[in-house]
Amino acid sequence: MSNFSISPETLRAQAQAAQDAGFIQLGENMRRAAELTRVPNERLLRMYELLRPGRSTQAELESVAQELSEKYDAPLTSAYVREAIQVYAERKLFR
Amino acid sequence: MPQSLRANILSQRDINKETFVEPWPEAGLMVTDSPNDPQPTLAFDAHGRVISLDGRPRADFDVIDTFIADHALDLEAAPEAMAMPSLSIARMLVDINVPAAVVRRLANGCTPAKLCDIVRHMNVIEMMMGLAKMRVRRQPANQAHVTNRRENPALLAADSAEATLRGFAEVETTVGIARMAPLNALAILVGTQTGAPGVLTQCAIEESMGLRLAMKGLVSYAETLSVYGTERSFIDGDDTPWSKGFLASAYASRGVKIRFTSGTGSEALMGSSEGRSMLYLEARCLCVTRGAGSQGVQNGSISCIALPESLPGGVRAVLAENLLASMLGLEVASGNDALASHSQIRKSAKLMLQFIPGTDFIFSGYSAVPRRDNMFGGGNFDAEDFDDYNVLQRDMQVDGGLRPVQPEAILKRRREAALAMQAIYAHLNFPPITDIEVEAATYAHASEDMPERDIVADLAAADRFLYSDMTVQTVVEALHAAGFDDTARNIEQMLYQRTLGDYLQPAAIFVPNSAVNQSPIRAASAITDPNDYCGPGTGYRVTGARWDEIQRIPQAQSPRDFIADRIGTPMKNLHDLADAKIGSYNEVILAVGPAFGRHLTKTINGLDHERVLEAIFTGVAKEGMTARLVRVYHTSDCAAIGYVGAELSGSGIAIGLQSRGTTVIHKKGFPRLHNLELFSFSPSLTLEIYENIGRNAAKYAQGKTVTPIKPSIDNWARLRLIVKTALLHRRETEAIENKNPKEVYFDWEPDI
Repeated sequence: MSNFSISPETLRAQAQAAQDAGFIQLGENMRRAAELTRVPNERLLRMYELLRPGRSTQAELESVAQELSEKYDAPLTSAYVREAIQVYAERKLFR
Repeated sequence: MPQSLRANILSQRDINKETFVEPWPEAGLMVTDSPNDPQPTLAFDAHGRVISLDGRPRADFDVIDTFIADHALDLEAAPEAMAMPSLSIARMLVDINVPAAVVRRLANGCTPAKLCDIVRHMNVIEMMMGLAKMRVRRQPANQAHVTNRRENPALLAADSAEATLRGFAEVETTVGIARMAPLNALAILVGTQTGAPGVLTQCAIEESMGLRLAMKGLVSYAETLSVYGTERSFIDGDDTPWSKGFLASAYASRGVKIRFTSGTGSEALMGSSEGRSMLYLEARCLCVTRGAGSQGVQNGSISCIALPESLPGGVRAVLAENLLASMLGLEVASGNDALASHSQIRKSAKLMLQFIPGTDFIFSGYSAVPRRDNMFGGGNFDAEDFDDYNVLQRDMQVDGGLRPVQPEAILKRRREAALAMQAIYAHLNFPPITDIEVEAATYAHASEDMPERDIVADLAAADRFLYSDMTVQTVVEALHAAGFDDTARNIEQMLYQRTLGDYLQPAAIFVPNSAVNQSPIRAASAITDPNDYCGPGTGYRVTGARWDEIQRIPQAQSPRDFIADRIGTPMKNLHDLADAKIGSYNEVILAVGPAFGRHLTKTINGLDHERVLEAIFTGVAKEGMTARLVRVYHTSDCAAIGYVGAELSGSGIAIGLQSRGTTVIHKKGFPRLHNLELFSFSPSLTLEIYENIGRNAAKYAQGKTVTPIKPSIDNWARLRLIVKTALLHRRETEAIENKNPKEVYFDWEPDI
């Protein structure tokens, strides 16, 4: 399976190309994607599930954010999840 | 209430099967400019943080407002964009002197209400101009839907192989039974990569299942990442802007292209429009889409299309949402997918709004299977409309993303795809695809043309594929093992492209690569092939090889041999004599055109000229008179031929007869273009009518009361036969000589 995987370096280069052409958010998405290349399939699917509305407690999402920054060296995605935590708390979107 | 007969007919027209309603803003049943839509506003604090958006302070933000404020807006451009009059930006959209990049920079600084305020000033032609300029990719493309009711794998593969041959750049499938997803995705992957690599494929399915299929390498893009314009409908859609953004990154981390999906009417349909107009809510969706880092969007009301279409201005609003997306730099797959109208006129007229300017994908998608096999909601245009669509491209010199194909090539490709599926199923020990199924899939139109399969066994195979460690590589191995090396290599090429990531860029599709010693395909995107339209003579033009291809519909014939069967052997019993003299006794002149019986020997209706002469002579004789035959050389015009004849006729009555069969009864002293009777519908003229023409002419000559002949009139004949008419007339005109009319001896006696 690994032989059709995109590398984080390639994703970052694509992110730069996108941002140079004015597609700022697409570039940010690709930078988060570069981080997520390190997360195994099943764990990635699970993280997505936990981010959906009413799926997790605040503590569960906080542990996802922590796991992203500590285990997978994914600071951008971790910050993205922390931002969601704040909004979910305000809008009552936790389980 | 009593109705006129016409009103009865009108009430039965297809258009009157539709539902039309008056706007009701509180229910969200208003396409644009709801009284509840906010005015555009944007305010920041000292740190550049948005503190109010479209009239709502940050403290009252819902998830969508927060996401737009923090992710979607280009805060550097925002002050300028928000301060600029909306009318000025609207005018920039249609001004060929303003490049797309300038408009896009401003649009990215606009709030949803401001975006709506811009397009509010525009009519549909201006929006189409704007769309042609703002489209992300240089060349438009098209997407197909391939599904079938029986979820037959051989048929899915054959239909997607045909769709590929017909030019679609993307093929989307979906499922009747959700568990079938891996096998349906597999079938369209194999079908599309039969023959050549490059068509992107996806399977519309629940979000996490979609990602799972991508991880297995079974799909190369995903499109049904749906977003909504109100918080409640977004949550009902089982996501938040952050979870959708995460999903977008998750796909990209596996090298897979995505686009979001939204569209006018979805919030009203889900009962939570908050009383806003459909377009305002869609503008919010588009800001979320851009903010989440999706490269593009499928929009244009999509499966809700009948809802905006029930309201005034609905079709314009749908075009407006396509335009808004392109302004924001999003790839647009512009709807035209779900069944939208009973009326062929209405559905085609609506299509023109995307077809003429061109969008990144004009359909999302076009049903490449018959409507009844389309599992997406019908298919507004389907496999039965292929020829119509190709003719529209040819008529307008417009690139609608499809190409006409020869029927033999289609059969070959379909069979190859079905055989590849048969080999894969055999190799993986899945329920066999029989030779009978391969044969049926090659020739089938719809799923009812296929033998039934054991669905339970197929579902078990699908589960096995999904929950084992089988991936697309298992499929590639199976193809190699069975000798389908080309298809295997094409699939490997698609996997290789994933590692490059070029097709993650905006509006990317794969096109043939002209560079030598490179991959056979390359991504064409906003980075490599940006739309550079800025007025006439710029941007993408339908020229060269592509225009040749569009012209070559299989139905087109060479006009050069069109009238070959009207030429024949010149009549042997027709002999020119001296110059025709003015007659001195009561006669009927039959004046024929210069090519009659010589260069041409049959009328447009296929009647031998000899038989026509016999019929007219017989008719004249039956009234106790004789006809004198004259050939007019200096003109091919029917009225002129008849006029010359009348001048020569002892009775003043003549019949003028063109070679193609058009006939006139003329009278001396009448102006040239006046006549006693004119038979301009030559395709409807029979020998019986020609005989009656002879009889009537004789009666006129005798001063009798005459009942004019009323041949049946077929108004479609002109439509069908106009090319033939033109060529027959051209032949007659070529036979013109600068000679006086000649007396002609017709060696034949009527049997009276």
